[in-house]
Amino acid sequence: MGRYVVRRLLQMVPVFIGTTFLIFVMVYALGDPVAAMFGDRTPDPATAAQIRESLHLNDPLWSQYLQYMAGIFQGDFGTAFNGRPVIELMGDAFPNTIQLTLVAFVIELVVGVTLGVIAGMRRGRLIDTGVLVLTLFVISIPTFVTGYLLQYFVGVKWGALPPSVSTEVRFEELILPGIVLAGVSLAYVARLTRTSIAENIRSDYIRTATAKGLPRRRVISVHLLRNSLIPVVTFLGTDIGGLMAGAIVTERIFNLQGVGYQLYQGILRQNAPTVVGFVTVLVVVFLAANLLVDLLYAVLDPRIRYA
Amino acid sequence: MTTTEKTAAVPGPRTPEAAGSPLLQVRDLHVEFHTRDGVVKAVNGVNYSVSAGETLAVLGESGSGKSVTAQAIMGILDMPPAKIPQGEILFRGQDMLTMSGEQRRKIRGAKIAMIFQDALSSLNPVLSVGYQLGEMFRVHQGLSKKAAKAKAIELMDKVKIPAAANRVGDYPHQFSGGMRQRIMIAMALALEPDLIIADEPTTALDVTVQAQVMDLLAELQREYNMGLILITHDLGVVADVADKIAVMYAGRIVEHAPVGELYKNPAHPYTRGLLDSIPRLDQKGQELYAIKGLPPNLLNIPGGCAFHPRCPKAQDVCRADVPALATVADGRGSACHFWKETIDG
Amino acid sequence: MPEMTKTAADEAVAAAEAVPEQAEKARSLWGDAWRDLRRNPIFYISAVLILFLVVISIWPSIMTSTSPYACDVAKSAQGAAPGHPFGFDKQGCDVYARTVHGARASVTVGICTTLLAAVIGCLMGGLAGFFGGWWDSLLSRIGDIFFGIPILLGGIVFLSVVKGGSIFTVVLLMAVLGWPQIARIARGAVITAKQQDYVQAARALGASTPRMLLRHIAPNALAPVIVVATIALGTYISLEATLSFLGVGLKPPTVSWGIDISQAATQIRNAPHTLLYPAGALSLTVLAFIMLGDAVRDALDPKLR
Repeated sequence: MGRYVVRRLLQMVPVFIGTTFLIFVMVYALGDPVAAMFGDRTPDPATAAQIRESLHLNDPLWSQYLQYMAGIFQGDFGTAFNGRPVIELMGDAFPNTIQLTLVAFVIELVVGVTLGVIAGMRRGRLIDTGVLVLTLFVISIPTFVTGYLLQYFVGVKWGALPPSVSTEVRFEELILPGIVLAGVSLAYVARLTRTSIAENIRSDYIRTATAKGLPRRRVISVHLLRNSLIPVVTFLGTDIGGLMAGAIVTERIFNLQGVGYQLYQGILRQNAPTVVGFVTVLVVVFLAANLLVDLLYAVLDPRIRYA
Repeated sequence: MTTTEKTAAVPGPRTPEAAGSPLLQVRDLHVEFHTRDGVVKAVNGVNYSVSAGETLAVLGESGSGKSVTAQAIMGILDMPPAKIPQGEILFRGQDMLTMSGEQRRKIRGAKIAMIFQDALSSLNPVLSVGYQLGEMFRVHQGLSKKAAKAKAIELMDKVKIPAAANRVGDYPHQFSGGMRQRIMIAMALALEPDLIIADEPTTALDVTVQAQVMDLLAELQREYNMGLILITHDLGVVADVADKIAVMYAGRIVEHAPVGELYKNPAHPYTRGLLDSIPRLDQKGQELYAIKGLPPNLLNIPGGCAFHPRCPKAQDVCRADVPALATVADGRGSACHFWKETIDG
Repeated sequence: MPEMTKTAADEAVAAAEAVPEQAEKARSLWGDAWRDLRRNPIFYISAVLILFLVVISIWPSIMTSTSPYACDVAKSAQGAAPGHPFGFDKQGCDVYARTVHGARASVTVGICTTLLAAVIGCLMGGLAGFFGGWWDSLLSRIGDIFFGIPILLGGIVFLSVVKGGSIFTVVLLMAVLGWPQIARIARGAVITAKQQDYVQAARALGASTPRMLLRHIAPNALAPVIVVATIALGTYISLEATLSFLGVGLKPPTVSWGIDISQAATQIRNAPHTLLYPAGALSLTVLAFIMLGDAVRDALDPKLR
């Protein structure tokens, strides 16, 4: 187990460097941060040159990258368009996005797994077909369409839930965006769980468990669920990063001032430090979630652990 | 079929409990599977019985219904698609097919246990073997986790797994094939059941390991005086350990006999064919006999005797009438119109 | 035979099938899959839908003679009128014409991205799986780097920087970030195929490397790739619309459902029809491809049903 952890951590180092470098290149090499600072105005060449010098923009790209990463490890993500340090914006934005992601994650987990288990155990029956059709539709309708539709119908027309998020970010305001954000992932979780359950329920070891005279409840909870949920856990873990990225769309619809909002502002004002900073953090979250999943996988499945 | 008489050809100290009161009796059992392509008639009127201390070998090709019968006895067929339209399975005189689900569950594992062919896939890959063994005691006897673990180690010792106490926390994939099958046997033995059904217990193993596992099974059977139903397609395994044999074809028993008599003088052309297709040293250099044709399509079993398309002795009557199980001798039967001719060679 | 239980039933069925199978010719994986597909109504529904979508993306004029750019602000957000069954959007453009013309962007982006991602993915994953060892480590890590950036996130950053908005840039970006998903599947499939006995046999008989790859491994490794690629096609279409909706994807004058939905969203309260039609068309398109993917998967991998 220990060697496995070390190996995975070592594998992550080049991936982390590669990914962050890629983002860095995208923003700094392809755009012009100085021109962006001045917006529509044409900067005075001398001033521009001075700014370039102070931002090390004349150094080779890899050197700029190293300086940027060195800054990040000291908590310095640069300055946002409004003069505030990017790290402060993060402090404002991340709690909101994390709350939204958590709400969505819980909905995804509870509803998705429940639907999947019900469908998988009654494969080929009406309820199974129902779950399959429902999830097919949920996957097919893009998030921003469901977002606006639910906001309009549930939030505005029927008034069942608050249609947008206030600055206080109350829990009940997050339910609707949470459902919207969870939607597609929830459908995938349900389908994955269903397939996994349906496959395992026919497996030899479930037959053995029944032949041992275990009560049905125990066969399902100890043997079937535990084994079937291993791939689902893997999906859920990798999906945390996906949820945080998807939050960009959801936050926009429901007016939540989270990561998506800040990122969007950064892009709109072409503020490179904001964009690179936020995306870097998101990517790190994504990579960390992937690593966590791999480790969890090894904990849940001894065949990986002792491989 | 209900007799438990011994023949001189079979040595061994196995002593039937009491003739006339078998442990398990299967009577006119039918099992069918309802599939998209039609009704698969897997078992079509099987009768057999086993007494305590006795070993019944059920022989047949795949698709002959031998495993389906066993799973019907265990009550682990998935219904649907499986259906038991007819028949009785008497355990100590009580029909298990009319019992409640809870009654049957209490018999499973505790009174009748089963050993499966592929131990690797039949053991839960993510639970330690100790847990899976201990589960028997925890569920059926309400033992604590700790006591169950101690029992699990005891069982692993019993089936001769070296260093049992160290290996109780290991997972199935960490054991060799033979050791895994020993764990399956230990699991079946856990609650000292009256009857064990072993479905091809050695097929997946190396030849050398096969003999060890088979010996262990036979030894433990003697020790606990259990009934044993040994399902196999391997005539070699049968000769050593079985008391009597039932040969199945297309969901029916076509011949049953004490083991020695069946080997000496088969009374059904199918049995004869099976015996003739065993390679023998004294026939070295000759072409090996093979039963011509293929096993029947269970969606559409041939009329009359199901074996007739492959039978060298087939006549018109075989195509028209299903042969009844004729009494060949005491405790011996054959479902062939021409059993007399067959037995005489 | 999806409704059977394992072992006992398998045994029974194996026997049941033994005879007819002998009678027919030995069926290949692909022949089997094709036979399964033709039995599946989902396949026909999705195939007809996709065919229709492809046809109207090539010749939108067969569905409408109205130009999607012929807008009359006077008619802003008006409902259906004769000759304009879906009404008008905020700019007074004909919603029906824009919905029909919007198919082209979605279908083109979906198909091109999938093809490009599949080519890169198969190449990288196939090589990693086939050669293993050092190659595998290198190619897999490169894949991990691109996999580490969610497509939506990378898309927002990249497209906002290059200020692109052409179908070409969007396709390129999504393929560059999307290929690792296919590479992972291809790698796994190639490793599995490589270990098959008949492939080992071919190697033992001295088959050359290209011959092994093309004749023995590729046909068997292709099935899972096709399944994943078909389903991915639907998600790429959805992603393109999302990027366009966020204002970083396709840009006018390209007609895109994503752009139209984003504009319609601001007036969902007074003109819901302007949202409904492009959103419905988009969802239907994604649905068609995902249904096709489902049908193909059921046919190629009956175990997963």
